[in-house]
Amino acid sequence: MAQALLEMRGITKRFGAVVANDRVDLSLLPGDILGLLGENGAGKTTLMNVLFGTYAPDEGTIAIDGKPVAIHSAADALALGIGMVHQHFHLVPSMTVLENLMIGLPGKGLRLDEAGARARLADVKARFGLGLDPDALVSGLAIGEQQRLEIIKVLFRGARIVILDEPTAVLTPQEAEGLFAALRAMAAEGFGVVFISHKLHEIRSLTHKVTVLRQGRIAASLAMSDAITDRQLAELMCGHELTPPVKPASETGEVLLSLDGVSTAGGRRVRLRDVSLQVRGGEILGIAGVSGNGQRELADVIAGMLPVASGTLQVGGLAVRETSPRVMQALGIGRVPEDRMTTGLITSLPLSDSMVLPLVAKKPFSRFGFIDHGAIRRFVTEQITAFGIRAAGPDARTGTLSGGNLQKALLARELSQDPRVLLAAQPIRGLDVGAARFVHEQFLALRAAGRAVIVISEDLEELFQISDRIAVFFEGRVMDVLPIAQASVARIGLLMSGQEAA
Amino acid sequence: MIRLRLEQRAATPAWFYVALPVAAMLATLLLCAGLVVLAGGDVIEAYGTLFLSPVASRFALVETAVKAAPLIFTGLAVAIAFRAKFWNIGGEGQLLMGAMAAAFIGGREGLPAVSLIPLMILAGALAGGIWALVPALLRTRYKVDEVVVSLLLNFIVFYGMMALLDGVWKDPLSGYPDSPDIREEAGFPILLPRTRLHLGVGLALIAAPLVFVLMRKTVLGFAIRAVGENAQAAAYAGFSTARVTMATALLSGAMAGLAGVGEVAGLHYQVMAGISPGYGYTGIVIAMLAGLNPLGVVPAAFFFAIVITGAEAMSRATGIPVYLSDVIQGTALITMLIALLFTRYRLRLKGVGHG
Repeated sequence: MAQALLEMRGITKRFGAVVANDRVDLSLLPGDILGLLGENGAGKTTLMNVLFGTYAPDEGTIAIDGKPVAIHSAADALALGIGMVHQHFHLVPSMTVLENLMIGLPGKGLRLDEAGARARLADVKARFGLGLDPDALVSGLAIGEQQRLEIIKVLFRGARIVILDEPTAVLTPQEAEGLFAALRAMAAEGFGVVFISHKLHEIRSLTHKVTVLRQGRIAASLAMSDAITDRQLAELMCGHELTPPVKPASETGEVLLSLDGVSTAGGRRVRLRDVSLQVRGGEILGIAGVSGNGQRELADVIAGMLPVASGTLQVGGLAVRETSPRVMQALGIGRVPEDRMTTGLITSLPLSDSMVLPLVAKKPFSRFGFIDHGAIRRFVTEQITAFGIRAAGPDARTGTLSGGNLQKALLARELSQDPRVLLAAQPIRGLDVGAARFVHEQFLALRAAGRAVIVISEDLEELFQISDRIAVFFEGRVMDVLPIAQASVARIGLLMSGQEAA
Repeated sequence: MIRLRLEQRAATPAWFYVALPVAAMLATLLLCAGLVVLAGGDVIEAYGTLFLSPVASRFALVETAVKAAPLIFTGLAVAIAFRAKFWNIGGEGQLLMGAMAAAFIGGREGLPAVSLIPLMILAGALAGGIWALVPALLRTRYKVDEVVVSLLLNFIVFYGMMALLDGVWKDPLSGYPDSPDIREEAGFPILLPRTRLHLGVGLALIAAPLVFVLMRKTVLGFAIRAVGENAQAAAYAGFSTARVTMATALLSGAMAGLAGVGEVAGLHYQVMAGISPGYGYTGIVIAMLAGLNPLGVVPAAFFFAIVITGAEAMSRATGIPVYLSDVIQGTALITMLIALLFTRYRLRLKGVGHG
């Protein structure tokens, strides 16, 4: 057997009474693509942070090429050839691709080695198909390209072990395929790749081995083969059996929200052009489209953050002339935003503050401008129990919750207001199977209660699972709205690329 | 080999918020002890005089409290503004505005005597608040950096005030650049007979808990914190960040303005060039030392009042220059900023080789 590139043995990491990693073993041979699978809070990120030197393990050893090492910082990890591509990018938007690559690299004396960097960039493109214009500004790059730049950065620093934390969450299916091709090329050259994901089909198509973590322990470590079913993986991950949510037939009621010829001013944002949409009670409307085709703007218009330049917006049959977040909330629009951490909740404040953020000015949370902390506490404690939010309590700092629990907290907050229309953008992005299912069940419950749900998603599988109708956006326009019975992936795909259905 | 490294904390223990400022102050005194030695003084004697003389007698205690009053107000001004991440460095200018407004109202012959004190307080708070609105407006409207604007406005007010003092307000008899005295009835009542303990000290001590309640128990305080921590999320939740920023500026400026009112109505009965030896700037250090907690501002302000008044006694007794007080203030800011790091991180000792 070949010498393992990386060998982690008996890694244990405790945070107070919580054991985030409990005697975890992990090994990576040259040429391996290892899938790391697990629910939110299963300890995947902690394990990688231990490997990357962010946390010191309480027990256990790490060996690189068979030699025991101590990793105390990201710099140590990099020096040992370990590179990590985070979910959130660390790039300087105002600099070019080449400049971003040269940050932290040794230059020629006091000067930067620009020619060398260009040559290496060309080399990376030739070997792995990771190409980028060296002189393009990072601020102008699409998300997929920024991610490619992060990977190239890691390669430039001499990484032989590349860790990717949920890399496909921000990519279109085509971009994801491109990424997989590059990762396979890297493995073929003897690199070790650790691929963290929730998406079972990706793990299946890409990886050679899979390690499943559950509650900080290894639930299974398997060689990937066709004999392993998605269901088995999902059960290993959650520890219980999963059945997909069933979508019962439902009666559609009155139109609860309608946009009629709505356009917005452009500026630095995508312009909505003549958008007409209706959503009825008892209906889930899916919004499909490649990222950046006006879905974000649609969400902001409905949330009251982006003014309508022309056309009419009606809620429950009433035309809304002056929109604002307050007005839209008062009209019964609930909102689960795409960016949980930046526009939904406030990570640095206690969970209780985050959970009453849009509600605090209302009774019973405040009276005459004075806050009733007792009422807030009772409400938050109730919601934590009702939604099974895993948090130390109402006073826990919001940012200490995992992605799935943050999403539950947001949902709990919005649903507590009994919204007529719930707008959810990328609601299951970055969520594990169990949490995603929970979110979808909430949508179906709203639908059954005669409310309307709008789901904006780049995950077509999700849209097909829960939508009654799917509207496709392209360059700020609605290309078409299809009832789910008439929708197919091929047809939606064509509309997403701007081609009228034949 | 032993290495030190920083690791993020999951939570901050509550006692840290008391222990850290105390540790920072001890570190400051330790660092400044070197200067005492360099100045040829005896550290124990110097620090003994510095810290004991301002509290040794009833008279000295009152003087310390009188010194602390404007510091409490400017500290509160900063504690409010920084919570919203509105970096108001203009406390000094807002204080001067408050002082001038108080002197202007206090000198009006036409006003009924009983209305003078309430009007001075109101006018001073308003003048400080409006002056703080200038950087707030420029920031919310045109995204102009408020640090630069609020700082530079300090100089504009100061020289504006000097122009007044050398012009229409100049004392015709002495020719000094002092404003005319306010009316007898405009002076703050003395709270303790035969001392200088004036109403302003009481107001400062009441203001701190009021601001605490405002920040912790009201929707406005919630909005200020939310906007400060994440303006985008606050906006999506329905708070107008522009309006919250303006309200913050108004409140913050009003506090600084009240510091000026107290100095005029309680102590000097006029405006003169040296009315504030940088109270507005010291307020920044005090607020940081207090961890932006309005209640913490009171002990922090007293600490600084002790250092400032004690430095003079120390200088007389030991010959060490009074400027030690300035050095202590500056060092305190730096040690406190370092101490704040430990609310988010912990130090870990690591022996390399068995990590």
